[in-house]
Amino acid sequence: MEIVRSQKRTLAAPIVVLTLPLYRSAPSLEVRLEDFELFAIDRLRVLKGISDGLSRGKKPDEMEILVRDMWKKNMSHPQASEVVNKDIISHFVLRLVYCRTEELRKWFLSMETTLFRYRFRLEGHEVQRALMAEFDLPYKIVSNAEFESVKEKLGQVARSIGPYSSNADTIYFKVPFEEVPELVASRRVFILKGHAYVAMHQVVSLVVTQFRSHLSKALVLTNRKWTSTIREREKDRLTPIVEALSTSYLGPDYSQAREFAEISLKDIDQVAKSSFPLCMRHLFEKLREDHHLKHGGRMQLGLFLKSVGLTLDDALAFWKAEFSPKVGAERFDKEYAYGIRHNYGKEGKRMDYTPYSCQKIISSTPGVGDHHGCPFRHFSEENLRAALGKIGVANHAMEDVIDKVRNRHYQLACTLTFEAVHGSSCDAGINHPNQYFIDSQKILQKNNSTV
Amino acid sequence: MPRGESENGRDDMLIDGCEPEQPRGNSVPDGFNTNYLKVYYGKLFPHHDIFKWMSYGNDGKHPACDRSYFGQREFSFTLDNDIYLRFQSFNSASELENSINEKCPVKIDIGPVYNVDPAKRHAYAQAGDNGFAPVERELIFDVDITDYDDVRYCCSGADVCLDCWPLMTVAVKVIDTTLRDDFGFNHVLWVYSGRRGVHCWVCDEKARRLNNEQRAAIADYFRGNENSHKKVSLTGHALHPFLARSYTEVLKGFFEEKLLSSQNLFSNEERFEKILEMIPDESITSELRGKWQESRRSSISKEDINVVRWGQLKQMLQSGKQKGQGLRRCVEEIVFSYAYPRLDMEVSKHMNHLLKAPFCIHPKTGRVCIPIDPNHCEEFDPTTVPTLSKLLGELNMGGVKADGGDEWDKTSLGKSVRYFRSSFLQPLLKSCKEKIESSYSAKLQESKNSLSW
Ligand code: SF4
Ligand SMILES: [Zn+2]
Repeated sequence: MEIVRSQKRTLAAPIVVLTLPLYRSAPSLEVRLEDFELFAIDRLRVLKGISDGLSRGKKPDEMEILVRDMWKKNMSHPQASEVVNKDIISHFVLRLVYCRTEELRKWFLSMETTLFRYRFRLEGHEVQRALMAEFDLPYKIVSNAEFESVKEKLGQVARSIGPYSSNADTIYFKVPFEEVPELVASRRVFILKGHAYVAMHQVVSLVVTQFRSHLSKALVLTNRKWTSTIREREKDRLTPIVEALSTSYLGPDYSQAREFAEISLKDIDQVAKSSFPLCMRHLFEKLREDHHLKHGGRMQLGLFLKSVGLTLDDALAFWKAEFSPKVGAERFDKEYAYGIRHNYGKEGKRMDYTPYSCQKIISSTPGVGDHHGCPFRHFSEENLRAALGKIGVANHAMEDVIDKVRNRHYQLACTLTFEAVHGSSCDAGINHPNQYFIDSQKILQKNNSTV
Repeated sequence: MPRGESENGRDDMLIDGCEPEQPRGNSVPDGFNTNYLKVYYGKLFPHHDIFKWMSYGNDGKHPACDRSYFGQREFSFTLDNDIYLRFQSFNSASELENSINEKCPVKIDIGPVYNVDPAKRHAYAQAGDNGFAPVERELIFDVDITDYDDVRYCCSGADVCLDCWPLMTVAVKVIDTTLRDDFGFNHVLWVYSGRRGVHCWVCDEKARRLNNEQRAAIADYFRGNENSHKKVSLTGHALHPFLARSYTEVLKGFFEEKLLSSQNLFSNEERFEKILEMIPDESITSELRGKWQESRRSSISKEDINVVRWGQLKQMLQSGKQKGQGLRRCVEEIVFSYAYPRLDMEVSKHMNHLLKAPFCIHPKTGRVCIPIDPNHCEEFDPTTVPTLSKLLGELNMGGVKADGGDEWDKTSLGKSVRYFRSSFLQPLLKSCKEKIESSYSAKLQESKNSLSW
């Protein structure tokens, strides 16, 4: 991929151990196939967490905590010596996963850059300076004499930014102003004759610019390699993993979720009202109304119901009761029962089908007459407003939800809806309709027991 | 969007107040018409200087000159019948001159330098997203008096007079100093827009090569206080050095010595209430209000009422017993609201914005868009800028003497062309020449090095 600059590394930073790699070159490590996938998934959880935090409008300080915690939780490794390897391997695997389209590259670039930004901020000055050396940034530290001559102005800038005159930074770098546009735009640097005086604590913006531009170029190269060789060469081994990873669902496995008492047929209307997410509620209501659902809808709702605890017998009874008025009991047994038994693994390949995650539902493409999909994604704004109004989301909360939808953050819109309906926060965010259901039930049971 | 469209649109709304110009002796009927303009382009317009400028030294003989440079610059013409010709390009000084003389545009705009000849852009447009794109453009600024309507009481809209023009003078001083001292630019040209404002062209190579993000950063560096005429926001305990310098060197003086009285900022209740609104302390505002409503009845003092009231306000806010920094900042904030430059940010942020060429004639006022010397911008008087009819009158008179030499030298345009050459063009071309030579020898050096491998 690139020339490894190993000699340089020992020269530039003899004492400091770098735990924040710059991912300049692909690792020459042996990677076990499971690790290949598992490491990538762990890193993806961090990146998705970051994406979620950003779209929720978290402030820099909150983001710093979020990144620190997510990183610790997902990216540690039982063997200390493996931590850096895991970091590097997972990064390079995801490069492969996310190099394949413009949209994927954009997302990955933005999340990795954010991750890097906060990890850099969390490092001490020693490490930060070692990293700058590693980047080969051509900037000189302002000499003492020069510092004295502009000291007053630098202090003035610091005081103009905020009340906490950041412990009087004394290390400054002199940088052509064009290279720190964000600092210039916000008047957070002193500028003299074309040079900006960048304080040590602002250096992150220089380093991040470098990181981003390097990664951006690298992703384009990776894409070229992927399409020209890797995809074909690895078609039996890595390619399927890579292709699945970009759409993978990262939450817990709900296919076996039976934490709650099986729901019985007599409760189902009640429970649908209180704990179904909008997508399922819509299907449920349409089924009641039309006594029919097309295949996509039967799958989405059927698997969901299975996982919230409807037994096969109940499921058969339920679907039969709904369908019969339209198609007749006989035709139901002949044409539809098979599908239901199939979902429960009783027919065909006899495998247990897993319920759909939000990601899968959101990326589905319902056609005319279909009722599956995610209302936040697939409804018109008018219909969505009506549906939200019906479940009691109004005024301010409604506008917040619509706002997220407009920015295409459908799961966040769903999360806000959950919060509005339950009057309780949902920090993890909604990733799966079954998670929506379980979290809802938890809250309701807690409320019942406390009353 | 081409700048020309919106400007024309706004121009139609108001008629300038500074007319009519007194015709002297050799009377050329007043106003603006295509026949006059033809004479102006034929005899007075400094075509050659514009060509020299826009070539940035690339019209020389040096082997490192880029001969296609001038030809990749976009010019656009607005014709008499409102036809708008974009993407005009020319390969030589004479091509430019011939086309202007022939088409006789009422307005000439200058756009960016593109990667290819803009007249042939269609051939490249298909070649993908980098087929046709701007690669160089002066950093430009546009300040318009119409954006100051809430802080001037003498005129509104496109009208200007000597009472409100100082607002433009402040803008020139603040921006010019900052471009030179902070950003380190040297080749800055200021031009009167012909009616209601000023344009600025920053022509250093470094400025011409800025990308849009960097342009936006500079524009944002200049941004005023977003919440002017709101209560003072207590952000930060000090002004950024650039704002502090602008305040002490320019804003404070102009505000206290000019604007305060010329705009009568405290002369009636409506006006002083607007200022009191910016003070977040009820007890102070009501005390001042009381004083001023009182003094209206018993005003025999000879002193300017605006100056007196400003003095009282300052004393209240700055006297030791007031709670610290916040209220002191109030005084600054008021001055900033009434005097700080207001830029048309969009013009500066994008490479492909068009801007009217210097030495055009403004079609509504008939005035020439002449350069302004930033070192003497206090002396600039928009009401005495030569008009088309005045120049033609002078030309008629000078025609009798006919002793050769440039025609413009015999008119009141002469001073402006001489300033343009000596203070702007010559130093610019000198540095361009040096740049071309030094980059060439660096390249030679490089190729020598690579041979020694
Ligand atoms: S976000 Fe998920 S749970 Fe919510 S409605 Fe859409 S698909 Fe259903
Ligand atoms: Zn005026």
